[in-house]
Amino acid sequence: MAFKEYRLGSAMVGGALGLSMIITIFMPSFDLRSAVSTKMALEKQLSAGFDVGFGYADPLLLGINRPLTVVLDADPKTGAKFDPPVTAYIYKPGVPMPPNVRHPHDLGKGVEDLSEGLGQIGSVSGSNHSVGQREGVVFTIGLGEFDGEEVSYIENATATRGWTPDATLAAAGDKNTFKISQGKTEFVVQGCWWCHTLLPEQTQDWQVFGAPPYLGDFNGENPTAFGSDRKAPDLLHVGSRNSSREWMLLHFFNPRLVQVNSIMPRFDYLWGEKDAQGNVIDYDKWRAEYLEYANGKRVYPPEVPDYAPDSEIRALIDWVLSLK
Amino acid sequence: MLLKYLTGKNEDIPAGSSAIFFGFSSIFWFVVGTGLGSFNAAKLAFPDFVTGTELFAFGHMRQVHVLAVIVGWISMAFAMTMMYMTPALGNTKLWSEKLGLWTGMMWNIGLSTALFSLWIGITSGREYSDFAWPLDLVILLGVITPLCVNVIMTIAHRRTQGIYITNWFFGSCTFMVGIVLLVGNSPEYFHLTGLSEAYLTWWNAHNLLGLWITPVAAAIAYYTIPKLTGNPLYSHRIGHMHFWSIIVFYSTPASHHIMSSPIPEWLKSFASVEGVLILIPAVAFVANILLTMKGKWTLFVENIETKFSMTGVLLAVPLNMQGGFQQTRSINWYIHGTGWIVAHAHLALLGMSTFLEIAAVYFGLQQMLKRKVYSLALANIHYWFVLIGFCIYWISMTIAGLIQGAGKIYEVPYIDVVIAEHPYMIARWVGGTMVFTGNLVWLFNMWMTARVGTLVPEGRYAHELAYDR
Repeated sequence: MAFKEYRLGSAMVGGALGLSMIITIFMPSFDLRSAVSTKMALEKQLSAGFDVGFGYADPLLLGINRPLTVVLDADPKTGAKFDPPVTAYIYKPGVPMPPNVRHPHDLGKGVEDLSEGLGQIGSVSGSNHSVGQREGVVFTIGLGEFDGEEVSYIENATATRGWTPDATLAAAGDKNTFKISQGKTEFVVQGCWWCHTLLPEQTQDWQVFGAPPYLGDFNGENPTAFGSDRKAPDLLHVGSRNSSREWMLLHFFNPRLVQVNSIMPRFDYLWGEKDAQGNVIDYDKWRAEYLEYANGKRVYPPEVPDYAPDSEIRALIDWVLSLK
Repeated sequence: MLLKYLTGKNEDIPAGSSAIFFGFSSIFWFVVGTGLGSFNAAKLAFPDFVTGTELFAFGHMRQVHVLAVIVGWISMAFAMTMMYMTPALGNTKLWSEKLGLWTGMMWNIGLSTALFSLWIGITSGREYSDFAWPLDLVILLGVITPLCVNVIMTIAHRRTQGIYITNWFFGSCTFMVGIVLLVGNSPEYFHLTGLSEAYLTWWNAHNLLGLWITPVAAAIAYYTIPKLTGNPLYSHRIGHMHFWSIIVFYSTPASHHIMSSPIPEWLKSFASVEGVLILIPAVAFVANILLTMKGKWTLFVENIETKFSMTGVLLAVPLNMQGGFQQTRSINWYIHGTGWIVAHAHLALLGMSTFLEIAAVYFGLQQMLKRKVYSLALANIHYWFVLIGFCIYWISMTIAGLIQGAGKIYEVPYIDVVIAEHPYMIARWVGGTMVFTGNLVWLFNMWMTARVGTLVPEGRYAHELAYDR
C-alpha cells in the first residue's frame, strides 16, 4: 500500500468540514454579534433571567431562583408617584444575573455604552456578576440618547435609585408581581412550543399574528424556542391580541370551554391541589360534571376554580400575557 | 452471558456479539419509539385521550418519541450495521467486541436516563438537542466516541487494499456526528443567546440529518444491495461523488430551517442554493443502486431484505425531490411549519432511512446468529404494515400541511384549519399504529429467529437458503 488513500481522504474530509463550518458558523457570527438589542429584547431578557431551560440555578426546572417582574405605581424609596407606572425586574439574592448583564458586549453598540454609563450596571456585570447574584439587584429599562438616536438601556436601579429587592417587592404587592421567568420555563417544560410557534412568518401571517421580529429582538434570550411544527396559533404577540386573564383561565383549564373544536390538551393539572381560597380542587367531580355538560345533560359547564397565588398556571398566564 | 462478556477478555467474545446486542436493542427502541408515536398521534386526533396527568400530556411525550426513534432506533441500528459491515468489508474482525458491547451497554443506560429526564421535563428547550447538556456530553463521550474509535480502528486494521465506499461513510460520519454534537450543543454550555442560539439549534438539527442519518443509511444500501443481489456495485466512483458531495453540500444549508427569522439574508440565500445542490448526492445514490439491481429485480419480490432495501431507495426519490426544492424561498414560505414538514421528516426517517436499516438489521442478525429468519410470512406482514402505515401517515400529513399552508396564505381563522385537519389527524394515528403493530411482529419474529431459526451452514449466507415458514 504505497498510496495511503485514507491519509489523503481524512485530510480532505477535515478540510471540507472545516470549510463548511467557516462559512456556516464563523462568518455569520460577525453579523449575529453585531445585533443591537431592541427594547423588546431588554424586556424579554430582564423578565426571563439567565437560564429558562436547564441550568445550574434550577436544574429540575421547578421555577426556583427566578427573577420577578413588578409594575410600580410609586418609587419604593421616596414614595413619589409614577405616571405612567414603571416596570422593574427584581433579582433577589441567589438569582443569576441576566445573560447580557453578565456579557454586556452582547447588548450591542450604544446599548452597552449607555447601560454601563447611565445605567451603572458595571458593579454587577462581567466579572462582578457574582456580586449581583449574592446581594440581589433591581433593574429597570432606561431611555437615553446615543449618537443622536434614542436608545433603551439596562439600568441598575439598586445603584442609581437605591431600590432594594425586598423594598421593591413590598411596594409592588402580590397583585402587581408577575412570574414571567417561571412562566416561560412552564412554556418549555409543558411543551407548549411543540404546537405554538414564537415566530410569525414573512407572509400574510403579519395580518393575523403580528409583525415578524427584527434582528435585535432576541439578544439575551435562551432558549428562543421558535418552534417548527405549528399546529396552533403563533404566540409572539398573543398578549396584544388577547389580554383577558379570565379567558386564559378558562382556556388553560379546558380549552373546549371556550373553543369547542380546539385540540389543545387540558392544563388543569397546573392548578395544583388547592384553589385561591385554599380549598382542595376536586378534579374527578369537575371532569364528571364537564362530561355531563359536553353530553348535553347540563346547561352550564362547572365553574373553573381560581388559581392559588403560588400555582404554576399563574406563572404561565403571566408569561403569555407579557407577550405584547 | 452479557455480564460475562463485558468483564471477560476480548478474545473470548464470539465475533458478532456486539452486532447482535445492538440489533435487538435497536428493535426494542423502535417498538418503544413507534408506540410513543402512536400514543401522541391519538392525542392530536382526540385531545381528551388520557387527560389530566402531567407526565402523559402531549408536551411531555412528543420529544421523547422523536429522540427515542432517532437515538434509540436509527442510531443503534447504524451502530449494529457498523459492527458487522465494517469488519466484513475489511476482511477482518471487529477491532474490539468488548468495546462494542460496552458501547451498547452505555447507549442503553445513557439513553434511558436521558429520555426519562426529558419525560419529566428536564430539557434545554432546543429542538433535537432537547437533553440537558450534561447528558448530551454523556452520549457524546460514552457512546459516539467509542463507536467512532471502534469503526476507525477496524478500518485501519483491515486486510484489504482499498476502502469500500460504505466504510468511507462509516468512518467519517461517526467522526463528524461527534463534531456536530459538540458544536451544536455549545449554546447550552457557553450560554449563547438570541439568534446565535436559534441558528446553532438548527445547525445541529440539520447536520444530524445531513451528516449522520441520511448518509449512513445510504452507506448501508451500498453494502446490502450488492451482497443480496450478487451484483457488484455499479460504480464505486459515483459512490465517491455521493460521499464527497454529501460532505460539501449537505453540511452547509442549516439556515434554511429558519428562513422566516431575521438571520442574515446572505446566509439564507447561500443555504437555499446549497440545499438544491443536495440533489447531486441524492441522484448519484439512487442511480447507483438502481443500476446495481440490473437483472435482479425478481429479488425485489422474492427476498425480504431486498424488498425493504429497495423500498427505502425508491422512497429516497420523493424525499430528495421534496427536500431539494421545499427549502427554496419560493416554496418554503407556503409550507414552512406545516404538516408537510412533518410528513417530509417521516419520509426521511420512517421512509427512506428506516427501510434501509430494517433490511440491514434483518440481514445482519441472520448472519451473526447464523440462523435463517424464523418466518417469511411474519416478515411480509411486518413489511406491509410498516409500508402501508407509513404511506397513510405520509399522505395524510402532506394533505394536512397543504391545508395549513392555504389557511396561512388566505388568512383563514386558525380554528377552521384545525377543524379541516381533524380527519387527517385520525388517519395519522391509524398509520402510526400500523407501524407500531408491524414492529411488534418484527420483534417476535427476530426473537424466534434467535431461538429456533434454521441453522445456516458454515460458508453460506442466510439469504441463499429457502424460507421455512
